[in-house]
Amino acid sequence: MSLISVRNLSVRYGDFTVLERVNLEVAQQEFCSIVGASGCGKSTFLRLLLSEEQPSGGEIRIDGAPIAKEPQADRGVVFQRYSVFPHLSVIENVILPMELEASAFCGRFFGARRRRAKEEAAHLLERVGLSHVRDAYPKTLSGGMQQRLAIAQALIPKPKVLLLDEPFGALDPGTRQTMHEIILSLWEEEKMTIFMVTHDLKEGFKLGTRLLVFDKLRWDPQAPEAYGATITYDLPIDRRDVLPPELEAKAEALNKEPSRNEGPLNALP
Amino acid sequence: MGRLINRRPGRAGQVLLGALPFILLAAAYLMASDARLAVNPNDKLLPSVQSFVDAINRLAFQPDPRKGTYILWDDTLASLLRLGIGLSVATGFGLVAGVAIGLLPLARSAFAPVVAVLSMVPPLAILPILFIVFGLGEVAKVMLIVIGVTPFMVRDLSMSVATLPREQLVKAQTLGASTWQIVTRVVLPQTLPRLVSALRLSLGPAWLFLISSEAIAATEGLGYRIFLVRRYLAMDVILPYVAWITLLAFMIDWALRHLSDRAFDWQPGERGL
Ligand SMILES: Nc1ncnc2c1ncn2[C@@H]1O[C@H](COP(=O)(O)OP(=O)(O)OP(=O)(O)O)[C@@H](O)[C@H]1O
Ligand SMILES: [Mg+2]
Repeated sequence: MSLISVRNLSVRYGDFTVLERVNLEVAQQEFCSIVGASGCGKSTFLRLLLSEEQPSGGEIRIDGAPIAKEPQADRGVVFQRYSVFPHLSVIENVILPMELEASAFCGRFFGARRRRAKEEAAHLLERVGLSHVRDAYPKTLSGGMQQRLAIAQALIPKPKVLLLDEPFGALDPGTRQTMHEIILSLWEEEKMTIFMVTHDLKEGFKLGTRLLVFDKLRWDPQAPEAYGATITYDLPIDRRDVLPPELEAKAEALNKEPSRNEGPLNALP
Repeated sequence: MGRLINRRPGRAGQVLLGALPFILLAAAYLMASDARLAVNPNDKLLPSVQSFVDAINRLAFQPDPRKGTYILWDDTLASLLRLGIGLSVATGFGLVAGVAIGLLPLARSAFAPVVAVLSMVPPLAILPILFIVFGLGEVAKVMLIVIGVTPFMVRDLSMSVATLPREQLVKAQTLGASTWQIVTRVVLPQTLPRLVSALRLSLGPAWLFLISSEAIAATEGLGYRIFLVRRYLAMDVILPYVAWITLLAFMIDWALRHLSDRAFDWQPGERGL
């Protein structure tokens, strides 16, 4: 049985349809890369998966049950920015979820308990290569380090699903490379399902087990807001490191957003 | 280095430039005072340095012949107490209401409009009401400060809470935080720096309200003394009192700024303001 099933999902803001008729079945431990033109509703889709927002129609189920109406610890998230707490040091950011879970009133550990939590977190910090800055505040970290911290923090509650919204969008290619290795090994280790929005088709292809392309199937030039985007293209990826040639052209097009509003992308094979 | 915008003072130059206006002000006063006293030795408007020293000595270091206490210190204590209580109450209330309004949509719908309206009421206009309701004692004076400062605090803090990135609140929820935990672990710690700066900005209005109410009904206090001796044109008392009030306000502000810089070292950006 699939872990997540999305049925006939739609989102409208007034007359403005963002998503419509989105259907999707995702098995456990899949890594779904989501691509699509800017403004087509990828972040909106993630917000629905997070329950940060409610759909206008349709439903999302996890393990057969409708998802909770508000964000829960079963679904973790890393945004492009603002994903770590600036007032907490690196190690404090990582032990925060443990404190929240174990101490309902204070939300805080003291003394020996705190030391133990820090020891537990040390391993994870090691994994994401932040041991040397464990007591630094986020303002002193580079963008890549902040994202690694955000990922480590998001993994502490052991979410079934991890949602990444352009997590590496602001990083340079070299840093991205390291981040890719880290996220892949964590994904294998933690056995979770990942949804990652990216503007880099190659990145999506390299990391994902499955590629989801969001686009509008119908297009009315008189009323561009009338129709929403849906999943137009759902490609399983067998661990190839190279982009198939037919996708190269598409990668170009995606990188050249947002001029393309002239209609649905030509469906790929 | 040609352009003026590129010319910066060195370290010594900075101190010198900073001191210059003070020196000029003092010199201007001394010259004007000398000139007036030369014409009329009993002139009260611009007293000489010697009369300041005498007045300060009399008020600060000699016990008052009637009460046996030191007037300046009594006044200072009374005023600081009122100021401290008033500002503490306003800050506490401002923090609670500000966080509630900034974070909870229900509280925002219920209270944001009433706060917006109440903050437009000129506090001094309701001072008579306060005296009628609370009598001429301490409560009315403290209440004036509370009423004058709280609406600003509430609005400033609720705005600062509302500008916390939405991502942080969502992230906290995905880490399992309850509303209470979000308040105590995410929102409050990040609001405290803003609380201190709101407090600093409130100091000026708070002194204004304090001195106004002391001028009208009090038996001691810095504002009371100034308005009392005004009848005798006692500039030799008024000016040192004004200088003392200024110094107190400056020191409180300085202490708060340093507290903020030290306690909230996680903060990125602006310092030394
Ligand atoms: N609360 C809202 N009210 C009205 N319109 C909204 C709202 N939220 C999002 N939108 C619109 O929905 C559309 C989809 O937004 P979304 O952020 O999901 O796009 P995206 O695919 O993530 O784009 P990007 O790649 O630039 O991040 C946008 O056109 C946006 O203007
Ligand atoms: Mg987006």
